[in-house]
Amino acid sequence: MSHHKVEVRNLQHVYPDGTVALNDVSFRIHHGESVAIIGANGAGKSTLLLHLNGYLSATSGEVVIGDTLLARENLAEVRRTVGIVFQDPDDQLFMPTVFDDVAFGPLNMGLAATDVETRVIEALGMVEAVELRHKPPYHLSGGEKKRVAIATVLSMLPDILVLDEPTNGLDPHARRQVMALLQAFHHTRIITSHDLDMVLELCERTIVLQDGQVMADGPTLDIFKNEELLHACRLEKPFAMQACPVCSPGRRTVPGRKPLVPPHGDGYHDHEH
Amino acid sequence: MLAIDGTFLDFKQLDLLATQHTALHRLDPRAKVLTTACFVLCVVSFDRYTISAMLPYLLYPAVLIAASGLPFGYILRKILIVIPFALVIGIFNPVFDRQVIMHVGEFAIWGGWVSCASILIRATLTASVAIILVALTGFPVICAALEKLGMPKAFAVQLLFLYRYIFVLTDEGVRTIRACQLRSFGRRGLSLRQFGSLVGHLLLRTWDRAERIHMAMLARGFSGEFHTTGPQGRFGSKELIFMGGWSALFIVLRLYNAPQLLGGLFAGSLS
Amino acid sequence: MHMADALVSPAVGGAMWATSAALIGYCSAQGHKHLDERKVPLMGVLGAFVFTAQIINFTIPATGSSGHLGGGLLLAILLGPSAAFLTIASVLMVQALFFADGGLLALGCNIFNLGFFPAFFAYPLIYRKLIGRNPGQSSMVMATIVAAVVSLQLGSLGVVLQTVASGVSALPFKEFLLLMQSIHLAIGVVEGVATALVIAFIYRARPETLENVSRVKPTAKRPLRSLLATLLAAAALTGGVLSWFASDAPDGLEWSIARITESAGFPHAQDPEHKALETIQSKTALHSGVTMPEGKRGHPEETASPVEERIGKSLSGLIGGAITLAVCFLVGILCRKRAEPKGFGASH
Ligand SMILES: Nc1ncnc2c1ncn2[C@@H]1O[C@H](COP(=O)(O)OP(=O)(O)O)[C@@H](O)[C@H]1O
Ligand SMILES: [Mg+2]
Repeated sequence: MSHHKVEVRNLQHVYPDGTVALNDVSFRIHHGESVAIIGANGAGKSTLLLHLNGYLSATSGEVVIGDTLLARENLAEVRRTVGIVFQDPDDQLFMPTVFDDVAFGPLNMGLAATDVETRVIEALGMVEAVELRHKPPYHLSGGEKKRVAIATVLSMLPDILVLDEPTNGLDPHARRQVMALLQAFHHTRIITSHDLDMVLELCERTIVLQDGQVMADGPTLDIFKNEELLHACRLEKPFAMQACPVCSPGRRTVPGRKPLVPPHGDGYHDHEH
Repeated sequence: MLAIDGTFLDFKQLDLLATQHTALHRLDPRAKVLTTACFVLCVVSFDRYTISAMLPYLLYPAVLIAASGLPFGYILRKILIVIPFALVIGIFNPVFDRQVIMHVGEFAIWGGWVSCASILIRATLTASVAIILVALTGFPVICAALEKLGMPKAFAVQLLFLYRYIFVLTDEGVRTIRACQLRSFGRRGLSLRQFGSLVGHLLLRTWDRAERIHMAMLARGFSGEFHTTGPQGRFGSKELIFMGGWSALFIVLRLYNAPQLLGGLFAGSLS
Repeated sequence: MHMADALVSPAVGGAMWATSAALIGYCSAQGHKHLDERKVPLMGVLGAFVFTAQIINFTIPATGSSGHLGGGLLLAILLGPSAAFLTIASVLMVQALFFADGGLLALGCNIFNLGFFPAFFAYPLIYRKLIGRNPGQSSMVMATIVAAVVSLQLGSLGVVLQTVASGVSALPFKEFLLLMQSIHLAIGVVEGVATALVIAFIYRARPETLENVSRVKPTAKRPLRSLLATLLAAAALTGGVLSWFASDAPDGLEWSIARITESAGFPHAQDPEHKALETIQSKTALHSGVTMPEGKRGHPEETASPVEERIGKSLSGLIGGAITLAVCFLVGILCRKRAEPKGFGASH
């Protein structure tokens, strides 16, 4: 089971202009875990993700994927294992049609044309976008773009799925769709986000970054209950927990705001503890 | 600065036309590209006083527009935008070429006027087939066809990237300009200083985007070689008939002045 | 300015097409050999950027008119010669297809005029020579303006040669050249200033962008490259000139002979009136030329016997032309009626 673990040891990254984006970051993620990496803008989340498939190389420290220490020689292997979905789908969808985009990874892996086709259709099926396959990416809506971007990575059958702010800029319906399809991915998931409601639903574990350092690492609920911590890291409790009678009995209502969840009746308590 | 949205919308519309599914759209792109090439070569090979012999060539754009249901007004508008550019040069012909080559009643017509008219017809014909080619085929598919016809892969890839990001960047550009216009309180045009920083910003953002795209390509196993599946177009009998038929017609029309013959018949029967 | 299909002859267009295609092949191979694969998306996106930048106008101080970036030199500075050439070519190709800007046959001319000169001449031989080893902002600005002016002068020279060699336009070489070079002197300065402004901005905001590519670029291979470039240019020029005589000889020669006899027979045609016509900018001169009574110029109709034949043909040509137009129009309408559901069969 330890085959698809992700381990980061004492990772430091300094950009050429001197910005210290990551400072002594360490954690270990096991197979099948779903982990959120949260933190304010500029906390270093994206920088961290870019180390996981070797796009950026550490100034010091190391990254281990499965049992291999990430190095120049095994980049291809690692990139096949770790699939990254970037924040702006326009950066990820660069081919003339959705089909070509989803086929890009499998073709680079050297698969035969027929296998590529099956992979593409499967991946598009997972994100419910098969009917979009002949469309050019600039004719897609924001939510469609995001789902297709995820498919471009799923088609490579990664063991570890990494997503940078997957629900950023989506309307509620598109956000729900993306969350549902992430829910269905059963391998290791690493997600960065400001969308703490999504984190609450999708990730049992959360790592909090602040100024390139790990401020907390633990069960999502514990971390979200710790208001001082969230506040210190310029984050805010998820809406679902703000008026929750179970999680925060002291604060039934936020002043001036109607409670999202009626205070009585366990039937409304739609998240798990 | 005002026309930007217009230019861009126009671009999108042409792109959308190419997504239709008529029989002409489905034709293998190579047939359309080669037929267009034959058309252009025939038209421009006429000497400069030719007018009547070029007119039958209008048949090709007319039939394609009609048969595929392309919006005639739209294509006409696009052609009208282009013609002035040819006219800028053509209008000098009457100035420098004053050889009288025919009389219509009292009026002597100079060679320059005839060749100027010829330039206008050339411009109309060549512009219309270029636009129709795109509207019936779509840019990426034309690229694929050209690649099959021998265009270097690196250039094809460059064209595809350019095309893909025109949509993203013009959007971004339009937003930036609009923001700038909102703050410039109705003054038209940008000052040089504003221009430098606006375009410079846009350039830096573009640069960053290129880096992110590269990142996304690497993340999916890109190693310098571009693989494409591409639709496996067949050059079948339909294509052969289309290309052969039209090209033969173009060449015959190039060799024989059809209107002349037709007019001769007509004039002859009158007298 | 762009060459247009309407002004180009097949020989000139074909020769320039071949030249540009060869250059594209050369640059693609070049890119493949010394592959900096980071450039693959960069070139494409910068092409799209130029496209966008071209629709952003600025006001030219003290003139009331406006200008915009051409982008050729900017691309050369950012990407180096080969990559810049491919990028410019791709921009021109999209313009030719989507806006029928220039046209498909003239594309070869345009790629050469607007791509070759900035990327393979002005950038390596002028810009890089002028900025020296440790470029500062002011030397960059100067070098940019000079390089832009030179590349536009050469480009417009290309347009003049190609137009005259094609023989569709009646513009005489000397006048056309004078007009084009002086207009493009102004355009070149505007282009240079616009490019320099952007370069200066980048230099201040993120100097490493300018260094990265241009420092890495000119490693070895320069002699070979410029040799090849010179060869190609020579080939293009000779091709153009030769094909002028080869293809359009009867027509072109007949025409120029007619013009020579005209000016020889009427030496006073060189007097002020004629001069006025040569200063083409003025619309009034052009207009007076048009309405001038025919007798005053004294056209020697009898000198043009091949022309006589044309006259005979022109009447039937006119009638036939009208009929043809009507037929085209009718066929169009018929096709449309019949082709609503299917479409293809109607074309034959
Ligand atoms: N290419 C870069 N060069 C220099 N500094 C950078 C670069 N990219 C990001 N940074 C800096 O690194 C820090 C972390 O950025 P990032 O990882 O993007 O944060 P997040 O994704 O959490 O918002 C920020 O201070 C940011 O300004
Ligand atoms: Mg980020």
